[in-house]
Amino acid sequence: MPRTRTPYSQNRVGPGGRIRRRMPRDRPADDSMESTVTNHTDPPTAVVEMRGISITFPGVKALDDVDFRMFPGEVHSLMGENGAGKSTLIKALTGVYGIDAGTITLAGDQVSFSGPAQAQAAGISTVYQEVHLLPNLSVAENIMLGREPRRFGSIDWRAMRRRSAQLLAGLNLDIDPGSLLGDHSLAVQQLIAIARAIDVQAKVLILDEPTSSLDTDEVAELFRVIRSLKEQGVAILFVSHFLDQVYEICDRLTVLRNGKLVGEYLTEELLRIDLVQKMIGKELTTLDDLEQRARSVVVDESDASNFVNAARLGRRGAINPADLPIAVGEVVGLAGLLGSGRTELARLLGGIDRADSGELTIRGKATKLRTPRQAISNRIAFSSENRRDEGIVGDLTVRDNIVLALQADRGWFRPIPKKRQDELTQSYIQALHIRPGNPDALVRNLSGGNQQKVLLARWLAIAPGLLILDEPTRGIDIGAKAEIQKLVFNLAENGMSVLFISAELEEVLRLSHRVVVLRDRHVVADLENDGLTVDALLALIADGSVEADDADAASGTSGARDAVLGASETSDPLTIDNVPGGRR
Amino acid sequence: MSALFARVVAHRLFWPVVMLLVLFLINLIAFPGFFTVTIRDGHLFGSLIDILRNGAPTLIIAIGMTLVIATRGIDLSVGAVCAISGAVACSIILGSSEPGSLSTVAVAVAVALLIALVLGVWNGFLVAVVGVQPIIATLILMTAGRGIAMLITEGQILTVNSPPFKFLGSGFWLGVPIAVLIAAVVFAVAALVTRRTALGMFIESVGINPEASRQAGVRARGLLVVVYTFSAFCAAIAGLILTANTAAADANNTGLFIELDAILAVVIGGTSLAGGRYSLVGTLVGALVIQTLVTTVYTVGIPPIATMVFKAAVVTAVCLLQSPTTAEALRGFRERLAVRAGKGIAAS
Repeated sequence: MPRTRTPYSQNRVGPGGRIRRRMPRDRPADDSMESTVTNHTDPPTAVVEMRGISITFPGVKALDDVDFRMFPGEVHSLMGENGAGKSTLIKALTGVYGIDAGTITLAGDQVSFSGPAQAQAAGISTVYQEVHLLPNLSVAENIMLGREPRRFGSIDWRAMRRRSAQLLAGLNLDIDPGSLLGDHSLAVQQLIAIARAIDVQAKVLILDEPTSSLDTDEVAELFRVIRSLKEQGVAILFVSHFLDQVYEICDRLTVLRNGKLVGEYLTEELLRIDLVQKMIGKELTTLDDLEQRARSVVVDESDASNFVNAARLGRRGAINPADLPIAVGEVVGLAGLLGSGRTELARLLGGIDRADSGELTIRGKATKLRTPRQAISNRIAFSSENRRDEGIVGDLTVRDNIVLALQADRGWFRPIPKKRQDELTQSYIQALHIRPGNPDALVRNLSGGNQQKVLLARWLAIAPGLLILDEPTRGIDIGAKAEIQKLVFNLAENGMSVLFISAELEEVLRLSHRVVVLRDRHVVADLENDGLTVDALLALIADGSVEADDADAASGTSGARDAVLGASETSDPLTIDNVPGGRR
Repeated sequence: MSALFARVVAHRLFWPVVMLLVLFLINLIAFPGFFTVTIRDGHLFGSLIDILRNGAPTLIIAIGMTLVIATRGIDLSVGAVCAISGAVACSIILGSSEPGSLSTVAVAVAVALLIALVLGVWNGFLVAVVGVQPIIATLILMTAGRGIAMLITEGQILTVNSPPFKFLGSGFWLGVPIAVLIAAVVFAVAALVTRRTALGMFIESVGINPEASRQAGVRARGLLVVVYTFSAFCAAIAGLILTANTAAADANNTGLFIELDAILAVVIGGTSLAGGRYSLVGTLVGALVIQTLVTTVYTVGIPPIATMVFKAAVVTAVCLLQSPTTAEALRGFRERLAVRAGKGIAAS
């Protein structure tokens, strides 16, 4: 067996070629072992070394014998689908979860944290996706919370401001440390959270989806900060769904799938397509066929075929009066920035909020929707973008969550027989590939993608005529995304109307027969999806004028595969929340 | 075998049941005739029967309280509702020309229950429609309720001499105390209605995530009104039993602090005050633990002045045993034991 001994430097691997992770034990690696295995000894410099980590939740094996390591001065990315175990691994490292098996070594010493505070004291800082700061305190207080500089036993406010001002200056942020945290945008709050994390003399900095609410400029800003931290020798764990960003900033990747380790790779040596394959564990089924079918559905234009027709429907402070007809079997996409009224309009149709003007006609009958319950009895299902707060009922089982809406529609006095509940649950678990496939598992123990599928099952169970999906694919991985897109497609073919909202314009264009564009709480365009391009949509979203640029017409919708891969060929990730200057 | 044991220990009713058994054991040591149940004059007699009979009012209230707590709420007004229902019933009986007739008592009981329903709707209205926090909303009736009862009794302790009414509190049917039978019926109805229909799931769902439940079409508002009304209804039944037992309505002392015992029974039974999953069987065990505790104080001969402290000690023990931290520690302990046992086998 030829062994190339490659000189190992901290950030780069020399020209020797492929480095594969030396496996401590034999494990079946289902991606074929790459030919040359470089049997370099583990560099002694690994700052974090996790070996054989296993964690079990009730009904779920979240991590199964996973190895993971990080080197100082390196940006490492943890890749995997939802439910692959990324968050669990991070929480094991930061002491949020206890581990059931395995060892964690930090800078050579075996450690066992019993809580995040201990991990932080040992030099592992974490910035979570959702900002965990206190909006009612000042920026300085947030940065220094829990380790305020003291003088004569009381807090030294001046030192506190000085220190936080220094930290903010280090991040090139022009923020008054005395201002309230809640007065800043989410993106700025995220950067403040990083400032806080840096102050804790961190050896390891974990950034969990730090860019999900940042625009392009802010991402660039963040990357500048990451690079400077890297030079200071901090090991950075960067978790993101955006492949572009991962490839831009990361030196090394660890791929997880279904709670198991797939492998560790150098970013520059792993093609994107290979990465995606490793993440989803199968040949990526292309969505090209969807592309063709999307255009072929014939929609009857006459009013009679409309499932719903909103005429000047509006609600003060939320959405200006808007027209929105949706035909039977039609997929209508809503495009617009956050706050453009896209969610607000959908909520009116779903009966979540009451319209205070206009008329709504459902199946040709004028109807007023006052409660979600009325919408449901009219077979309109609204799946909220806020999965955690408005979707799942965490402490109930998968079964209860799936039958909830159907049961509510039948009324409490007519319970669905247990046998029927089990049949329903089983059929949806199979049809939507819900993992784990245990009807008695509590939904809160499922991953985000699987929770989303449970919600879809809940709404499909009421056999809706109109399914409103608000950001159904946000924060979930490529595999689940493709499954959900396909599902939407098949549902529409079977005569269900769908109102589809997504920040990813590619997705909207791929699925919709018609696209309605909103800006500043107004509907600004209602377009047949016939040769529509992302660029045209972006132009509409940005300033409301259609730029019919025929030359570009083909480019936007070409290559569904690229789109699925996060628009790998395009330099900007095509989510509208990332449009330069698009955010307000 | 050990897997079965682990499952039994992990069950949320394990520690409450253990506690109940320990209390029984203490009683048995102090009073060897503790488990003896005899038939005297065609009635069941014995310490166990006493526990059931005296615990019935607390249990009945705790059943209503369980459902309220499952919706993330709490009902502090149950003690006051007890007093009001007793006062209403007694004043009607006293005011009638035939206090001893069955129809008078039936009217008195029906009116008392009806008024309780109104009070329950009031609580539910404040919580579900006005949006007042449950603890505040029911605090209003908790304090005002005793005043209302006082107005009804005109500040007197109303003593009634009505055999049918007294029968409610201290009568027997087929040898079983009426109070126990009533509690059994309330328990069975609550269990059947919530678990055989979808009501239980809706209650839990609203308790866990109100907004998600609303969007899924659950009528949370109506549900809350129903639950608070049921709680007040239970309180009124308990109030009638308590009043009938002494044949006197005392606006100040009927059902005093019973809300705390009821809440305690629910918590001992493993239903979280944060709402969500509930267990009526747990509440039953909890109510029995509390009543057995009171009995134990007498059988063991603890001086009455130390009763409260003793009670507190037991409650602390149950809460500690049920806490997640203790569960974790016990789990670790069992695993170490298992490892040691495994080594022992390997060595031999």
